[in-house]
Amino acid sequence: MHHHYTFHLELNHLNKELLKLSAMVEDKVRKAAQVIETHDQKMIQSIITSDYEVDEMEIAIEEDCLKILALHQPVAGDLRFLIAVIKINNEMERIADIAVSIAMRVDNISKFNHQEAISYNFAPMTEKVLSMLNKSIDALVNRDSKLASTIFLDDDIVDKCRNRCYEDIKVRIKNDPNHPGYHINTYLLARHLERIGDRAVNIAEEVVYLVEGTITRFD
Amino acid sequence: MEIATNPTDTPFSIIMPKPIDHENSSDQIVQPDRETVGIPFVKHPRMSCRDVVVRYGDKQAINSISIDVGKNEALAMIGPSGCGKSTFLRCLNRMNDTIPSCRVEGSICLDGIDIYDPATDVVPLRARVGMVFQKPNPFPKSIYDNVAYGPQIHGLTSTKAELDTIVETSLSKAGLWDEVKDRLQEPGTGLSGGQQQRLCIARAIAVSPEVILMDEPCSALDPIATAKVEELIAELRTQYSIVIVTHAMQQAARVSQRTAYFHLGDLVEVGATDKVFTNPLHKLTEDYITGRFG
Repeated sequence: MHHHYTFHLELNHLNKELLKLSAMVEDKVRKAAQVIETHDQKMIQSIITSDYEVDEMEIAIEEDCLKILALHQPVAGDLRFLIAVIKINNEMERIADIAVSIAMRVDNISKFNHQEAISYNFAPMTEKVLSMLNKSIDALVNRDSKLASTIFLDDDIVDKCRNRCYEDIKVRIKNDPNHPGYHINTYLLARHLERIGDRAVNIAEEVVYLVEGTITRFD
Repeated sequence: MEIATNPTDTPFSIIMPKPIDHENSSDQIVQPDRETVGIPFVKHPRMSCRDVVVRYGDKQAINSISIDVGKNEALAMIGPSGCGKSTFLRCLNRMNDTIPSCRVEGSICLDGIDIYDPATDVVPLRARVGMVFQKPNPFPKSIYDNVAYGPQIHGLTSTKAELDTIVETSLSKAGLWDEVKDRLQEPGTGLSGGQQQRLCIARAIAVSPEVILMDEPCSALDPIATAKVEELIAELRTQYSIVIVTHAMQQAARVSQRTAYFHLGDLVEVGATDKVFTNPLHKLTEDYITGRFG
């Protein structure tokens, strides 16, 4: 099991690839947050059509992990790193999928011929979700389990934002019963954002495992 | 094996690494802390070693090591070449007595009796604490005689029938009986490497040991013979204590319940094998098992 130089090079390469994927996914979430505000058709289409990039990268990273596990049988910190990469890789891919769902839903909303409804203000929620994702990636880059452990506080705020949206949308449906689809889609945007927050929490949990070796769940 | 976890039962609690005092550390390269961390002690040990120091002439090979060997456990000892793991293993049945310049200090007890007590007779001791070496070393005798020799010289049998039974039982326990039962009178040296090693294990078992020491028992064997010996270790553990020195870390991970990491004559870490290989306490252990040593 004494690894030669290539093993450590492969781990470094894997680390870089995961960070590249993280940056890519963060960018997609940022764009998804923007289109909620702007309904920019060009950006919506670019989010939807570029999803394959994340999928391809996710598969490449998973293949690398399996190859390293089979060929080098890593242990201790290296083993925890590989396990964390496999799980974070999966979370990143799912987050990118949610960004696509947001884009498709915004596309749907923008096609409603419904001028009366006042658009819901998602800015505080998107800001928080982006900061959670950013924090979990920072914690990963810097192997900072303390930073990772603070993320569940943000998650509570995001959950409250979603609940507030739910209550608000209920009132809107009551006052504007002719456009339930529009309002339901608006609420589902809050649900998507909240799920991104949950997955950022999962990433933070993996960072704690990677650094400290303890399996943590921020419930 | 029962690992003591009650912190009030000192010294049976987990020993954590000391935090690094960054404020008081100088820019000079400092000797990393090499006090033992983890779980060196167990409740109801088979062997207990305390403050064991070994010197070859002026050179100190082992620096005050304390560790227990539990009943029914396989304890793996790992570490880079020259770290003292084989030297320490050989202390456990006084094999180092044969080296004139070697001095052993501290105490090593088997079932509570100090094996270095002048009153201890090493011949029965080495029956109770058997040894299997790196290279299979069967006697130039028949398969039968290889196993029968020990019980005969230790006077464990009075009749041929009893001896036959011991030979068959020992060879069966070593997983070799079916392969050799029809050629017991053929020379032991005619067997394959893996079979020879299992014959040596049968020879150790024949004198009813309590502890079996194994010094890299699979390093001369192919993967299939290695797998057989490893399965055998798992079975033997139910009746004996096993201490195995190995360079193959995956082997330590597969066969042992606790793993001890030696480094330049110090026992740096002892812990549950699954813990040592997923989240070791000491940086030196981590560096060694992940190949970052040196």
